[in-house]
Formats: sequence, structure tokens, C-alpha cells
Amino acid sequence: MNAKTTSALDLDQSKYNFIDPESAVYRSARGLTRETVIDISRQKKEPDWMTDARLRAYEVFLGKPMPRWGGDLSEMDFDAYTYYIKPSDKREDRWEDVPENIRKTFDRLGIPEAERKFLAGVGAQYESEMVYHSIHEDLAKKGVIFLDTDSGLREFPVLFREHFASLVPPEDNKFAALNTACWSGGSFIYVPKGVKLDIPLQAYFRINSENMGQFERTIIIADEGAQLHYIEGCTAPQYSTKSLHTGVIEIFVKRGAKVRYTTIQNWAHNIYNLVTQRAIAYEGATMEWVDGNMGSRLTMKYPSIYLVGEHARGTILSIAFATNDQHQDAGAKIIHKAPNTSSTITSKSISKGAGRTSYRGLLKVAKGATGVKASVKCDALMLDPESRSDTYPTMEIDEDKVAIAHEATVGKISDEQVFYLMSRGLSESDATAMIVQGFIEPFAKELPMEYAIELNRLIQLEMEGAVG
Amino acid sequence: MPELALDIRNLHAVIEEKEVLKGIDLEVPKGEIHVIMGPNGSGKTTLAHTLMGHPRYTVTQGEACLFGEDLLSLKVHERARKGLFLAYQYPVEVPGVTLSHFLWNACQAGRSGADGNGKKNPKEILAFRKRLNAALESLKMPADFAMRHLNVGASGGEKKRVEIAQMQMLTPRMVIMDEIDSGLDIDSTKVVAEGIRSLKGSEFTALIITHYPRILEYLQPDRVHVMAAGKVLCSRGMELARELEQKGYDWILKEFNVV
Ligand SMILES: Nc1ncnc2c1ncn2[C@@H]1O[C@H](COP(=O)(O)OP(=O)(O)OP(=O)(O)O)[C@@H](O)[C@H]1O
Ligand SMILES: [Mg+2]
Repeated sequence: MNAKTTSALDLDQSKYNFIDPESAVYRSARGLTRETVIDISRQKKEPDWMTDARLRAYEVFLGKPMPRWGGDLSEMDFDAYTYYIKPSDKREDRWEDVPENIRKTFDRLGIPEAERKFLAGVGAQYESEMVYHSIHEDLAKKGVIFLDTDSGLREFPVLFREHFASLVPPEDNKFAALNTACWSGGSFIYVPKGVKLDIPLQAYFRINSENMGQFERTIIIADEGAQLHYIEGCTAPQYSTKSLHTGVIEIFVKRGAKVRYTTIQNWAHNIYNLVTQRAIAYEGATMEWVDGNMGSRLTMKYPSIYLVGEHARGTILSIAFATNDQHQDAGAKIIHKAPNTSSTITSKSISKGAGRTSYRGLLKVAKGATGVKASVKCDALMLDPESRSDTYPTMEIDEDKVAIAHEATVGKISDEQVFYLMSRGLSESDATAMIVQGFIEPFAKELPMEYAIELNRLIQLEMEGAVG
Repeated sequence: MPELALDIRNLHAVIEEKEVLKGIDLEVPKGEIHVIMGPNGSGKTTLAHTLMGHPRYTVTQGEACLFGEDLLSLKVHERARKGLFLAYQYPVEVPGVTLSHFLWNACQAGRSGADGNGKKNPKEILAFRKRLNAALESLKMPADFAMRHLNVGASGGEKKRVEIAQMQMLTPRMVIMDEIDSGLDIDSTKVVAEGIRSLKGSEFTALIITHYPRILEYLQPDRVHVMAAGKVLCSRGMELARELEQKGYDWILKEFNVV
């Protein structure tokens, strides 16, 4: 992998902190009303059922109170956001056809290079719309669908309607309702029976405007015996006011199929990142969330897996890194509904300066789900005396014949380790970075190599100047 | 006067308000191998840690120079970059960090100008891997140890050999070895001694802390110092190590009026 590819996946915030001149072809009026919702649906020329679904979700959104748990949402002003910004007139599948200013942004982020190097398909979302989607020809021939979600609705209406909001209904939570009311963009993926993708699909999300709400909706369906790995990366420049990112991701892993979903979220430090990620795994299926939360002002994100078929497996592996102005309220939920299902949750969090991390988790075993094996491991590392880390694990075990392991640790950087590494010539910040990198190694080793390298580099950057 | 690799004068150090080093005087000329022996708790490890700059020990008096340069004003990593190396009595475990990754960065950091983050040059990496494999092989360690996490799950003897491998890779000028031979079986002692002996020469100076003369028979040290109650009592030749092995410490403590 050469240096250019690496830059596509670069996690260094400063590189993303540039703003393009505004050039949207359409923006909805500021704030969210019934008219805005209808307007978004009209702009997209959607069928009536979708307009109705949006309006119903809008009512649910209005009816639900703000969550009082998790992070501090008191400064969030729903009237301040623009809910729909259409950056260009259509979604292109040739890179040359993407409008020049947007192309330049993604070129700067290295997206098309990344695609040529090692991806099976790439999508790029700018503000509210996917501006680009492409997939390798041979995969398309095998019947693999990799579209932006709006095109998914148009081109595969039956498949779409069967799955949309079936796993995350608007009633689930206020932000899922908000997303359902004004969703736009995201990826729509279908992998047919028995088709195995051995290289990943990737989508890249970029917010450019100030006070913008991005509400992508992603639906992934892996049919029986299919396999895929989807990678998502997100960035936005730093503004003085807070933008909102509220995605919903629904993943269906049919019998014997396997899906891995890798996210590295590196939003600017003033973005509210409130995402609902849910997967359902049928008999013998495997679902894996690999979830990295680095950026944002506040993240509230608890990837979940419903294990509904016998021998289904679920893995949630996550890291959260919070510095001074950040709160990462992240976690994992696994619900065992069938016998002989198994799961592992591994959560690693690092808080630095006045940064705050919270682990919020749920492990549930339904009555009758015998032979369940589950393990939960949460490790928190605090780098400074003012750092904060909390753990809120919930277990609801309604079945006796199960094997559950639970382990939680909270620690500081060990002086003895720092001394040992320094005595071999590493500076204090390099020694500290190396210990932190070692701490998240169980996560990093699951990433594509380019991401792992960049993640380590970011930690290195975060440590410089942190210690004297 | 030969050049002194290590020159310690009237060194006092405290830990947790307790004075453990009570005026150490010690000279180690460049290119020589010296030995420190002494009863448990006499301050040998404290001396080693203090010279390396462990933050828990505070120097209250005295001086220590490395090749004529003041050591005590330097930070830990600066001491290492000046060529000081300490092989620990109890090496620390660092989960998630492979020996290879750690040593690569340590080797880079040791170079003037490099900050440990320099872009990797494939040729250099290849040369580094070859050297590391050779070091591990000479210590009769499997090559896959390079990819194991630093000291994690390693046996006592394996940890000691990893210390020697690090020493070989970092090519220090002045080495302090704290009980490198403790907990080693007979064959391992030989392997480790060979590893040290391979570095012997005019550019290699060592201070070996030990309780056993066996390793010394391989290394043929120039001088043996006895430490007790935070001081160096006396310095003689190799015959002193053998005498202590036979007779214990009582007689020498009496000779110097240490209770
Ligand atoms: N962290 C500490 N807190 C309090 N006392 C300490 C601490 N570390 C060492 N000491 C004391 O300092 C003295 C010297 O200890 P040191 O480890 O240097 O001895 P040593 O000569 O290396 O012994 P050994 O042969 O057993 O390795 C001992 O009395 C020990 O109890
Ligand atoms: Mg000791």
C-alpha cells in the first residue's frame, strides 16, 4: 500500500479541517417542520408510502422527549439545523462526472485512490446525498447491489420496503425517528446467496456546511451464506457551531451469512454523533461490529445484535477515545433469543485531559435460549487525573443454562511501563503512545492495515505535547 | 588514567523517605567488566535504578558521570541515548506491543536526529529483522518471539534472554545487568553468558550485579565490588567472588564493621 492510499484513511483531524465554498443546488429551509419533511420527499420524487412513513416518523419524533441519560444534549437546538442539502443534481458512477468542487474535496481525502487500490466498491456522501457510487464489474455481474439508499428505493422497491425500518422502527428512539423523517443517502447493499466478497466495500461521509444535519440511512442484506465487509469513514471540518450526524444502520444477516461492519468515526470535535446501529443474525450467521469512536463532541452509539437463530454468533469490538472537550458514550447490546448462540463484547476506552468515556452495555438472554455463551470485557485507561470513565453494564439473564463471563478494568498508565520503555530510548510521549497503542491492539489488529497504521499515528499525535 | 565509563562519587539516594544509598563510590574504566555482589536489601537494584533515572528514587547528594558527562541531570531516555543500558532484575510486561515493534522504535530513537517516528525504509526494516532474528537465534529463542508481546506470558528465563536480545540490538556502551543470571537453568546461564561475552571488547563496559560466581567464570570480570547497607565496602579481583561463594558475607561485614 503506498502513501497515497494511506492518506485516504488518514485520521489526523487537521487534514480534514478545510471548508469548501458552498455550491448546493438545493437547501431546505432551516428547522424541521411537516413541510420540510414533505419537501425532502418531493425533492426526491418518492412514492407515497415513503412520504407517509416520513410523516409518521416526524410525529413520533415530536412526541418523544429528549433522552435524559447518556450525554449532555441540552445545547442542541433542532431549529438551528438545515435538514437537507442537495450538493448536486445526480449521483454519478463515473468519478469524472462528480462536480469538480466536490471531487476536489474527496480527492483531497484520497477517496478514488483508495478505491483503485483495494476496495470492491466505494460510495461517497457529501452533505445529504451520495454523490458517487461504484462497484467492481464482476461483483455487479454476480448480482451484488451497492447503491446509495435513495437509488435502492427507486430501483429495488420490493426488497427495500421489506427491510426499511423493520429493525429500527421510528418508535425505537427519538433520533431514529428523526432519521426516518428526514433520511437521505447512505448505502443500500444486497449480497446474493452464497456470494462472498473477499475485499471490502467502503463508504465515506463528509459534512461540509455549518449547522447541517446529516441523516444517512444504511441497509445491508446478506442473503444465505453470503459474506461481506463494509467500512465506513466520516469527517467534517471544525465550525464554531455544532452540526448533527444521526445515522441509522440496519443489517440483516441471513442463515449462515457473515457480515463485518467497520466504522472509524473521526468527526470534528463539535459534531453531535447520535447513531442507531442494529443487526439481526439468523441461524448459524455471524455479525461483527468493529466500531472506532475518535471524533465528535458527543457520541451516543450502542451497536446491537439480535441473535435470533440457533448457533448465530455476534461480536462487538469497540474503542472510544475522548480528549478535553469530548464525551464518548458508547457501548454494545447483544440480545440472545435462540439457543446455542454466542457473543463477545470487547470495549476499550481511553480518556485524556478532561475527556470522558462511558461504556453503556446490555447483555440479554431470553428464556429458552439455553446453551448461550457470552463474554463481556470492558477496559478503561485514564491518562490524566481529571479524566473520567464510567461503566454502566446491564445484564438481563432469563435462562439458567448459560455461560456468561464478565470482566471490567479501569487503569492508569503504569509508571513502571513508561520507565521501562524510556530506559530503551523512547521519549515520554512516545513511550505513553506505545502503551496506549498496546492497550487498543485487540481492536487495531482487526482493522485493515492502513487503518491500523493511521490509528496508531493519531494516538502518537494525541500524545505529543500531552506530557512534559 | 584510563577513561572512566562510569564514575560515581558519594552518591546518596532515598526512596519513600528512606535513605538506601549512603555514599556510593565506584569507578568502572571503559572496556572493563565489573561485578557487584552483596546481601539482599543492600541497595544493588536501587543503585541500578538510580543510575537509569527511575522517578521513584531521589538523589540527595553526590555525582554520577557516564563517559565524563553528568548523568543525573538527564532524563531517562536521554541516558539511554547516551549509551546506558539496564537489564532488569524483573522486566516489565507491556501488553499489545510486540518485541519487534518496540525494538524498531527504540533503535530509531537511539539515533541522533530521529524521533522514533521516521518513515520506514524497507531496506532498513529488512536489515533490522535479520539482526533481530540473529540475536534471538544466538540466545536459542524461537524467531516468533519477535512478534510476541513484550515480556507478556514469558517465563522468567525467557524474560532475561529478551533483555540480552535488546542489549544486543541497541549496542549500548555501558551496561548494567541486575541479576541477569537469577532464575536461569545451567544451559540458559551459559547461553546468556555467551551473549554477553560476544559483546566484550574495548567499546563495551559492564557492571554485573549477581549472587552467583558461575556466570563470572564465563565472563572473567576485571573487578568485584561488595555492597552492603548502601555502600561499597571493598573492591578486589575475581578471587573475592569465589571466597564469598564459599564463606558467605559474615566475615567481610565484620571486617568492615557493618552489622
Ligand atoms: N519502593 C520501596 N519502598 C520502600 N523501600 C524500598 C523500596 N524499594 C526498595 N526498598 C528498600 O531499599 C532497600 C534496598 O533494596 P534493593 O532492591 O536495592 O536491594 P538489592 O540489593 O537489590 O537486594 P536483592 O539482592 O534482594 O535484589 C531494601 O531495604 C528495600 O526494602
Ligand atoms: Mg535487587
